[in-house]
Amino acid sequence: MTTRHPLAALPWGPMARMAARRALTAVPVLLAVTLGVFAIAAASPFDPVRAYAGTAGLTASQENLDQIRHNLGADRPLLGRWWDWLTHALTGDLGDSAALRAPVSQVIGERLGWSVLLCALAFTLAVAAGTALGVLAARRRGGLLDRAVTATAYVLEAAPPYWLGLLAVWLGALQLGILPAGGLTDTGSATATAGQIARHLALPVLVLATSQLPWFVLYVRQGVADALDEDPVRGARARGLRERTVLRHHALRAGLLPVLTLIGSRVPELITGALLVETVFSWPGIAAATVQAATSVDFPLLAALTALATAAVLAGNLLSDLLYGLADPRVGFDG
Amino acid sequence: MASTTAPAPRARARRAAGARHTLRLRASAAVLAALVLAVLLVPLLFPLDQQAVDLAGKLRPPSAAHPFGTDEVGRDLLLRCVYGLRVSLLVGVVAALTATVAGTAVGALAGALGGAADRTVMRLVDLFSSVPHLLLGIFIVAMFRPGVWPVILSVALTHWLSTARIVRAEVLSLRSRPYLDAALTGGASRWRITVRHLLPAVLPQAGLAAVLMVPHAIWHESALSFLGLGLPAHEASLGIMANAARSSLLAGDWWPTLFPGLFLIVPTLAVAGLAGAWRERLNPRRRSELTL
Repeated sequence: MTTRHPLAALPWGPMARMAARRALTAVPVLLAVTLGVFAIAAASPFDPVRAYAGTAGLTASQENLDQIRHNLGADRPLLGRWWDWLTHALTGDLGDSAALRAPVSQVIGERLGWSVLLCALAFTLAVAAGTALGVLAARRRGGLLDRAVTATAYVLEAAPPYWLGLLAVWLGALQLGILPAGGLTDTGSATATAGQIARHLALPVLVLATSQLPWFVLYVRQGVADALDEDPVRGARARGLRERTVLRHHALRAGLLPVLTLIGSRVPELITGALLVETVFSWPGIAAATVQAATSVDFPLLAALTALATAAVLAGNLLSDLLYGLADPRVGFDG
Repeated sequence: MASTTAPAPRARARRAAGARHTLRLRASAAVLAALVLAVLLVPLLFPLDQQAVDLAGKLRPPSAAHPFGTDEVGRDLLLRCVYGLRVSLLVGVVAALTATVAGTAVGALAGALGGAADRTVMRLVDLFSSVPHLLLGIFIVAMFRPGVWPVILSVALTHWLSTARIVRAEVLSLRSRPYLDAALTGGASRWRITVRHLLPAVLPQAGLAAVLMVPHAIWHESALSFLGLGLPAHEASLGIMANAARSSLLAGDWWPTLFPGLFLIVPTLAVAGLAGAWRERLNPRRRSELTL
């Protein structure tokens, strides 16, 4: 008898249909978000002409300013500008970033990879460490270890990520002197080697993971501790199974699944953390570029990055629901 | 039965947990009261002159004269932290109140009207929750240039969602209660039912949401200020202090960074402790709900 590969047993059809449905509903959301972004900009005192002209705008004649306004299309109504931006965006032209002096699509292309690398490593670390600590704490609820882990989680949850980043710079780069304080490569180095990048990654990954950790610890602890109170666990204990077996085969399965299915919905918090951590460590990612764009009121870049972040959040929600449907077949893929 | 036959160690453990619970509640209340008093009274007793610099005494480590040390121009950090917390608290409370009032109004409206209005409002909530809050805040503040009101606006605009959800769910569950049927039968108008029967019933939940939102709002404000996008520099909030401390941190002086952060963490924990106790009093069985 041939055994089927486990991947082949997954309900690929329903999952694909759900993904397609979500992609369709994502379209109006993205349209609304980008329109909202344009509406906020239109309502604000921000003037694209002055942003374009810079200091030259202070001495330029009204005629020239009007010409720039016309060339930029800024004299057109809100809906027209939004539609232009949208149709150009579909062809890959997202406009030019004034702050970084490059086309927006090029900025995103160069920087997205570094952000994904940072976020993926930090997220994996947070999930792994959070699960381990949460299970350890749940094993004896109310015990010394549980109280220590829970208290630390609450403190870390309350601590701003930028502050954790600064303390990490002080500790790792200044006191111990083992890790660089920021950037992607050593100063003065023309080429980026893997070892250099790994050393520069260490502190930002640790800090971003630490800022995401408390949520996982507290949820895993809650889930596993609740599962340990359930009847199947009581039955397993009554049958005289070892505590390790009970924990591994009964409580963990029931307690961890609901948590792991929620990880996709953590994308907004991950982006929030990345915005702060990348800035502290001068990481050349997309989140640090967002902050730079905001500081110099670089509207084309901000608009594109807001749309990109929204798409990431929607993808995370989809991932969440797919995992949930897989973990609990009663839920299915109808959402 | 359980109380008489329960084994002694377990009863003792439960008593110890109860005692810890009470202790945590009292400690949270005391810390919060002390901080609020400090924020209200210290400015009356010790005026802070932001212009007064003492370059000879700059970046002194913590000592008896300056418990938190001095900053890069010789100002006392403890005093600056209290002033920073004052600014942060003010912005946080105003933003949280704005967000709660907006969220309660929207949620109550959606729940009371139902139908198409409810669906529209919930779509709007979904829409707002699909943009990361700090990113939306950064965008708004960048477009409206730094200032107190853009920060409050950006925090309020991103924080009404949870309150709206909670209030809507509460109103929906209230709508099927018999006392509302009784009011309807008695000829009460829609408005009267909303104002006299629905709103008072959701107020405890909304109040709890507002209290829990203050630390969130402060966190948000401090993050924006740290990025240089929040309050103007003369409104020295805790986030601005942490940002200003970056250059001295790189020179190895840790205290201008450490203490503003601690001043953010301590009130957050105190509010969480108080809100936890309030939540258990509201509904002892639904302990784990309502985490914002």
